Amino acid sequence: MLGKGLLQGLAVTAKNLVGSFHDPARYTTQEYPEVKPTLPEAYRNFPFLVSESAEDPMGTLRCVACQICEKECPPQCIFIVMERDEKGKAMKRPKVFDIDTSVCMSCQICVEVCPFDAIKMDQVFEIATTDRFNALLLNREQLAKPNTYFQQIHPTEAAEVDARLAAERAAAEEKAKAAAAVKAAAIKAPPAPPPAKPSA
Amino acid sequence: MTPDAATLAGPWLERAPLIARDWLVGWLPESLRWFASSLLAIAVLIGAFGLLFAYLTLAERKILGRIQNRPGPNRTGWAGLLQPFADGVKALTKEDVVPRAADKVLHTLAPVSLVALSLIGLAVIPFGRHLVAIELDAALLYFFAAGAATELSIFMAGWASRNKYSLLAAMRALAQLISYEVPLLLSVVPVVLLAGTLSTTEIVVAQGGWGFGFWPHWFALTPWGFSAFAVFMIAALAESNRSPFDLPEAESELIAGHLTEYSGFKYALFFMAEYFGMAALSAMAVTLFLGGWQAPAAFLEVIPSYAWFTFKLLGLLLGFIWIRATFPRLRIDQLTRLAWKFLVPIALINLGNAAFWSLSGSWTGFWLPLRWGISAALVVIPFLVLSRALYAGLGPRVYRYAPS
Repeated sequence: MLGKGLLQGLAVTAKNLVGSFHDPARYTTQEYPEVKPTLPEAYRNFPFLVSESAEDPMGTLRCVACQICEKECPPQCIFIVMERDEKGKAMKRPKVFDIDTSVCMSCQICVEVCPFDAIKMDQVFEIATTDRFNALLLNREQLAKPNTYFQQIHPTEAAEVDARLAAERAAAEEKAKAAAAVKAAAIKAPPAPPPAKPSA
Repeated sequence: MTPDAATLAGPWLERAPLIARDWLVGWLPESLRWFASSLLAIAVLIGAFGLLFAYLTLAERKILGRIQNRPGPNRTGWAGLLQPFADGVKALTKEDVVPRAADKVLHTLAPVSLVALSLIGLAVIPFGRHLVAIELDAALLYFFAAGAATELSIFMAGWASRNKYSLLAAMRALAQLISYEVPLLLSVVPVVLLAGTLSTTEIVVAQGGWGFGFWPHWFALTPWGFSAFAVFMIAALAESNRSPFDLPEAESELIAGHLTEYSGFKYALFFMAEYFGMAALSAMAVTLFLGGWQAPAAFLEVIPSYAWFTFKLLGLLLGFIWIRATFPRLRIDQLTRLAWKFLVPIALINLGNAAFWSLSGSWTGFWLPLRWGISAALVVIPFLVLSRALYAGLGPRVYRYAPS
C-alpha cells in the first residue's frame, strides 16, 4: 500500500528523536573540548624520547645519540648532535635532538630501529599552534617524557620493554659479577713463576 | 478591522490583545487611530513571525540533530538559544556578490518581493477569536493569489542572475510550483463548499461545536476533510519548497538552483521567505482543516483561542521538520507524476465526496453511520486504486550485480 514505507520511515526517525534523549547507544556524541576522547591503546603518533626519571629528564635519557633513527627516518625530520667533552670524547648522550613535527609522518620507523628503546610513539593530537615554524620544531626538552608516561599510554608495550630491559640489566650484572670474580681469583693467586729455562 | 475591545464580551484573557492595542492607540488623536492600529497589526505580525522564523530554524537544526543522533547547535548562548541571532549577524556581514552581467534591480528585488509576498498572506489568518489583521470576504482568494505570486519572485531570481543554471532551475521550480498549485487549490474547494464562504473567520466559526458531544466539528476529522487535509499538506510541502520536494534549491544536485548567484543577506531573505511561506501555509491548514482557534474540547476553552492556534501551528511546523528529517528528495518526474496522476484525481474525487457530505447533512439515526461509511469508502477506495496505478510498472527493483 502506498504510504506504508513512509510511515515506517517516520517511525524510525521518531524512535531516534526520542531515543537520543535517554539511550546512550543512540546518542554517541562526545562534546570534544570538554570531554576528552578515550583513545585506543594502539593509537600512536609523533615520537617522544623516554627518560628514566621525571625529575631529571635530561640526565636520564635512554638515548645514546647513535643516530640510527636520524639515518633511517624517511622524511628526515630528526636532527641529532652527540655531546662530547673537551677532549672530543663521545659522551653517549645527545646535545641536540630535534624532531620537526611539520615533517614527521608518524611512521614509527625510528621506534622500530632504536636498539635502546629510547624513542617511542606518543598519543598527542592537539598539536595546533599559531607559529608554523619554531613551534612545530620540538627540541629534546620538549620531546623528553618519563617512562611512567609511556607505561600510562601504552601499558602492554611498556611492560614488555621494562621486562626486557630489566632482564638485560640483570644479565649484565651477572656477567659483571662473573668477570669480577674471575679478576678477584686472578689477584688472589699470584701468577706462577715462569718455568726455569734449561741452562744452555 | 476587528471591533473595539470595549464592545466585546468574553473572558479577559481572550480580549487581552485587543485591550492592549486599544490602550496603545488611545494615546493618538481619533483620526489617526485606524492607521496606527493597522501599523501595529503589521508590526506584531512581522515581529511574531520573525521570531518564529528565528527559533524555527534553531528547532529544525536541533531536531534534525537529535534524529541523526547528535546534539545540534548548543554553543551560542544557553543551549544554543542565541544561535539564530549569530546566524543573522553572519548573514548581514557577509559580502553581497552581484554578478556583473546580472540585472541589478531585479536581482535585488527578487528576494525582497519574495519575503513581502510570503508575508502578506498572514494578514487574513484569524489567529484568535478576535485576532485577524484584515477581515476580507474573499480572504481565501487573496491568500492563494499572494501565494501564487511568490512563484514570480523565484523566476525573477533565476532570470535576473543571468546564469544558465539559475534560469533552468527557476523553470523547473515553476513547473513544480504550478503543478502543485492545482491540488492545493482543489483541496481547498471542498472546505468552501461545506462552509459556504470564502472568509477565513467564517470558515473557522463553521468548525465550532462538537458532534456527539465530544467529536470536534473540525473538517480534518471528517473523511473528506482528512483526505483534503492530507492533499493540502503534501501540496504545501511542495509549494514551500520543503523536503522531500526541495528540488528548486537542491544544494547537492543543482548548485542551489535559482539561489546560485545569491549570497549574504539576500540569501538569508530567501531562507526567511521559505519559512514564512511554510508558516503561512501551515496557518492556513490550521484555519481550514484543524478548526483554527477552536479548542478541541469544551472544558479546554479556558485556554485563550490564540494559544490553541499557536499549538496547532507549532504542531504542523514540527511535522514539516519531521518529514524533512525522514524522506529523501524526489526526482522531477516522480514529483510531477505524483501531482498530476495522484493528488489531482484524489482531490477531484474528494470534491464529489464533499458534495455528498453536504447533501447528506440531514441524515440521522441509522443513516448516520452509513453517511460516514460511504464518505470513508470514497476516500479509501480511490486511494488504493490510484496508488496501485502510481506503482504500476515500477515493480521491485532488480539489482544485476548486488546479491539481493
